[in-house]
Amino acid sequence: MSDVKEFDTRPTGSPSSESPLAWSFHRRGTPPREASAGVTLREKAFLGHLILRGGAIVLDEAVREVLGITLPARPNTLALDNSGERSIQWLSPDEWLVIVPGGEEFALEGRLRKALGQAHYSIVNVSGGQTVLTLRGEKAREVLMKSTPYDVHPQAFPVGKGVTTVFAKASVVLRRPTEEGWELVVRRSFADYCYRWLLDAAAEYGVIVER
Amino acid sequence: MFHIYCPYCEEHREEEEFHPKGQAHIQRPEDPEACSDETWGDYLFFRDNPRGVHHELWVHAVGCRKFFNITRHTVSYEILETYKMGEQPSVTAKSLSEKDKQAGVQAASGGWQTVGARPESDALNKGARV
Ligand SMILES: [Zn+2]
Repeated sequence: MSDVKEFDTRPTGSPSSESPLAWSFHRRGTPPREASAGVTLREKAFLGHLILRGGAIVLDEAVREVLGITLPARPNTLALDNSGERSIQWLSPDEWLVIVPGGEEFALEGRLRKALGQAHYSIVNVSGGQTVLTLRGEKAREVLMKSTPYDVHPQAFPVGKGVTTVFAKASVVLRRPTEEGWELVVRRSFADYCYRWLLDAAAEYGVIVER
Repeated sequence: MFHIYCPYCEEHREEEEFHPKGQAHIQRPEDPEACSDETWGDYLFFRDNPRGVHHELWVHAVGCRKFFNITRHTVSYEILETYKMGEQPSVTAKSLSEKDKQAGVQAASGGWQTVGARPESDALNKGARV
């Protein structure tokens, strides 16, 4: 058992909480619903985000035991469980991003700490600091091409890839968990800016914001 | 638009994602209390400014955020190689001039200073600081 002090960042009871895009929705609302839209945007709010740091071999064992996913050891790769709801992404040679359904992250952190014991590692809960935006539709890739210098052609960016890169002068984690959709992991402080950028970039194709 | 190969991400990335951080392979004096002011001053403030091959520290700031090394030519700006921290360069002013010699090319390195790494730069610095 580790001697690290843990606390659940998710409050008990049901106080109202606001996602990083709450302000944008409040201030600007969502664009009028169009009959046919090339791009569909949605926030996957309040998910559990953990940053895992340490040696790949040590972490892999714990992650497989606790999450049942093999740690993606290759650079710029992403691994998902069968349901597609839990994922681990390579961020750097000793750093991974774990995203799980909201509410699971605290228990998961505890189980990982237990499995890792006295190994040299760190786990940080960053759920409050970032949010996930999904981008779908036949013009989603066009919008990305306007926003990032990274090559998003299917040949260069297959399903299962994920990178941290420049996005509209901000930085995001861009990933492709499935054939149909892209995910952007956006920092809270950039969320409103990225949201507005995406609306603007997608306007010419028609955009639907799902809530 | 130009791309730099990150040895940690193992792919070429847009230049915008990187920042240069100055000369590479600078060694901190092992015992700062015991070294001369001159050695300490060199370590803190003095950097090489070669015309030719330069080994530099860069960081993949909007990416894996790892530091790594680039061997770059300061005249042509050509990036000759990138390599991880803790590794030694395989391309140096010396290796390039030897390659030229083997190819029968007249060595163009006459006016070039060699790189930031020791011990060559030590000798250069000593010569320059009279
Ligand atoms: Zn990198």
